[in-house]
Amino acid sequence: MGAIILLVLLALVALWLVSAYNSLISLKNQVVNAWKQIDVQLKRRHDLIPNLVNTVKGAMDFERSTLEAVIAARNRAVAATGVQQTARADGELTQALGRLFALAENYPELKSNQNVLQLQEELTSTENRIGFARQAYNDVATDYNTKQMQFPTNLVAGLAKASPAELWEIEDAGDRAVPTVDLSLNRPPSA
Amino acid sequence: MSDANLFAQQESNRRRSTWLIIGFVVFFAWVGFGGDIAVGLLTADAPPGSYHHAVPIFGIVTTLLAGGLCWYAWRFGSRQVLWATGAWELIEPATAEQKQLVNVVEEMAIASGLPRPRIWIVPDADPNAFATGRDPATASIAVTEGLLATLSRDELQGVVAHEMAHVRNLDIRLMTLLAAMVGAIALMSDGMGRLMRGGFRVGGGGGGGRGGRSGKGGGNPLALVLLVLWLLTLVVAPILSRLLAMAVNRKREYLADATGAQFTRNPAALASALEKLSAAAAPTRAITQGAAHLCIVDPSGNRFTSAEGAVADVFASHPPIAQRIIRLRGMAFQQAKREGEYLPADAPGAG
Repeated sequence: MGAIILLVLLALVALWLVSAYNSLISLKNQVVNAWKQIDVQLKRRHDLIPNLVNTVKGAMDFERSTLEAVIAARNRAVAATGVQQTARADGELTQALGRLFALAENYPELKSNQNVLQLQEELTSTENRIGFARQAYNDVATDYNTKQMQFPTNLVAGLAKASPAELWEIEDAGDRAVPTVDLSLNRPPSA
Repeated sequence: MSDANLFAQQESNRRRSTWLIIGFVVFFAWVGFGGDIAVGLLTADAPPGSYHHAVPIFGIVTTLLAGGLCWYAWRFGSRQVLWATGAWELIEPATAEQKQLVNVVEEMAIASGLPRPRIWIVPDADPNAFATGRDPATASIAVTEGLLATLSRDELQGVVAHEMAHVRNLDIRLMTLLAAMVGAIALMSDGMGRLMRGGFRVGGGGGGGRGGRSGKGGGNPLALVLLVLWLLTLVVAPILSRLLAMAVNRKREYLADATGAQFTRNPAALASALEKLSAAAAPTRAITQGAAHLCIVDPSGNRFTSAEGAVADVFASHPPIAQRIIRLRGMAFQQAKREGEYLPADAPGAG
């Protein structure tokens, strides 16, 4: 009798192990997939920018520094790896593009240029998609992180090779634009 | 909406769809078998050798017909609704407006976590929009040309998000079935009415039968009661089915507004879109009454939609638009307050 109870208990524990393991793996894959969705949109954005730069280059010739900033930000974003680096590079790219479009307001021939308008619409849409995909990613990553820390699922977290997923922190372009006042005296002179 | 709420909502829509189908078949069976009983009782006293209605042929035919109609509504209901509005599917966007619509729908598909629905354009100058389909995989979103011309990008996003909320809640399944069935019942009631008038004329011709019936008594009062009840069903059914469609829809609009605002995180844009839609009060001619409950605002330009009170509550397919705008503005205000962006200058009404 005691042996049967023990066996039943063991079977229950084994069943729970399997289901907990599987739920972690499922969440892990959802995180990976959610990240891929962001990646697709990021790539789309990076592909659009050279077109934009080529289209406005002629009209905005003397705003060369702005254009170069956009290209540099774009190249940094393409090279970025990992969630945090990608998030930062993407934020900088958004900021550089914002400056470009703000300047473009001064050029009537750009404002009425169909190509520019279309590129602007595509970039707006891509930015929105990144935003919504980021939301989905953060949601599922939070679920995943919570699950692997909660008792008793945390007992199988090691088995499922679960490690906390990085969240995409929203770094507001406006926030970064605020100058930081550093009054410390031991700053290196080059800074 | 939390996941639990969402699942409850989807489940309720699934259940109601099932009941709707059952009710529809039962109703048609009643129309058929009731007719059989009435005719059976009428011919029961007929002299031997003349026609006796023994086999419930009407009942069998109408029940089978109802089953077929349900299958058709399930399978092709959305196509039927779209066809009735004269919508065409947007596959290759040609103009900037169309491109923007496709972009906005794709954005909202990401925001709602659903597959991208098919996009249709209704050739009508009045701004309106609706969603139809069986489930997210077969969903379609239709907007009028007027909507594309009237709304800004953010407002269009709000409207599309509202429709995606209907798709995700599975409102579209119930609504599309209802649209197909309201149409079928109206059609059947029409046809039956015509048949009945023809039947009475024939019955009047053989006027002798009437005296004979009243003389016999017995089952005849029952036949009469049945007949009256049966006729009543035929007369009332189209009105009742439409009222049902409206009642089912009214609460859903608030919910879809709220869920849509969650998708875009911009309730103010949907509020100002609704303002524009209600300001353009001209009826959406392309959308017939049978599909009114599918739309984001009542396509009839109905005065009930702008009024409040008991009458409006029964006869409007949509909640008062002013109420919806007030609720959305409230959400926008709450959001702004949370994010610390509230400025008196942006107070409700400024947008």
